[in-house]
Amino acid sequence: MSAHDAESIRKETRAYITVFVSLMVLTALTVGVSYFHMPVGLAILVALVIATFKGSLVASVFMHLRAERKLIYWILILTVLFFIVLMAIPTISQWDQRMLR
Amino acid sequence: MEIPYTTEARPDTGLFNAKLGIWLFLASEVMLFGALFSSYVLLRTGAPVWPHGRTQGLSVPLATVNTMVLIGSSVTMVLSWASLKLKDFAKYRLYMALTILAGLCFMVIKGFEYAAKFEHHHYPSTSTFFAVYFTLTGLHGLHVLGGMIVNGYFWGPGAKMWKTDPDRFANRIEVAGLYWHFVDLVWIFLFPTLYLL
Repeated sequence: MSAHDAESIRKETRAYITVFVSLMVLTALTVGVSYFHMPVGLAILVALVIATFKGSLVASVFMHLRAERKLIYWILILTVLFFIVLMAIPTISQWDQRMLR
Repeated sequence: MEIPYTTEARPDTGLFNAKLGIWLFLASEVMLFGALFSSYVLLRTGAPVWPHGRTQGLSVPLATVNTMVLIGSSVTMVLSWASLKLKDFAKYRLYMALTILAGLCFMVIKGFEYAAKFEHHHYPSTSTFFAVYFTLTGLHGLHVLGGMIVNGYFWGPGAKMWKTDPDRFANRIEVAGLYWHFVDLVWIFLFPTLYLL
């Protein structure tokens, strides 16, 4: 391994620690805001926004997606599309219910 | 016959094979958890009333500690890989041991949570809420257990490869790490949706 590689790993390590601290703070924040008596819709939105932010930190830094091969991005884009379809199923079901009423 | 592309990148994908393999596997895992999550949304939006996790006796403090334990284990996991890249095997061993211990800690806390539920006669058959709770946390717990077994192997007997083929071993740890971070990522979504909303 070249000296440059070792240096980049050390830099990465600092990023891991920063992300670790951020994730801890965001976890505390998630729990903290859940004690505010927000309307359910808003509470779900806030919780999911924080969770998505935390998830993207894990994926981009710990899972090295910040700098990855194109093929993996394509696989993930396809996965996200299918995931959206899965999440749309409950919505479609609700439309169906409304039509029946 | 030698297994091809364990360390060098395959020319057409630009990746060593195991990395492409684990990402395809994780894509299938997204669909597995996604299907259950979608079912949860369907059941929840279709129910006339849905109880809040706290009113069902779910322990937010225990789950918060567990979230932090799992996040901590993700950091030690990635640090174990970074240690191998820096050729520091002793540190790798230490960080990997910490990762496994954190996984164990998560499972023990989860065990206490389950025991408390059973004590109050709350089972998957009790209500839709508990059916969802036990299915999602149970499947996630099995994933933690699976990761601990793999990590345990790489801490113990599997670590012999470091002497014969260090680059391949580091790649194995990277791949095991990708799986472990995914399990952490799933929990990041399960925690607020089951306990806090």
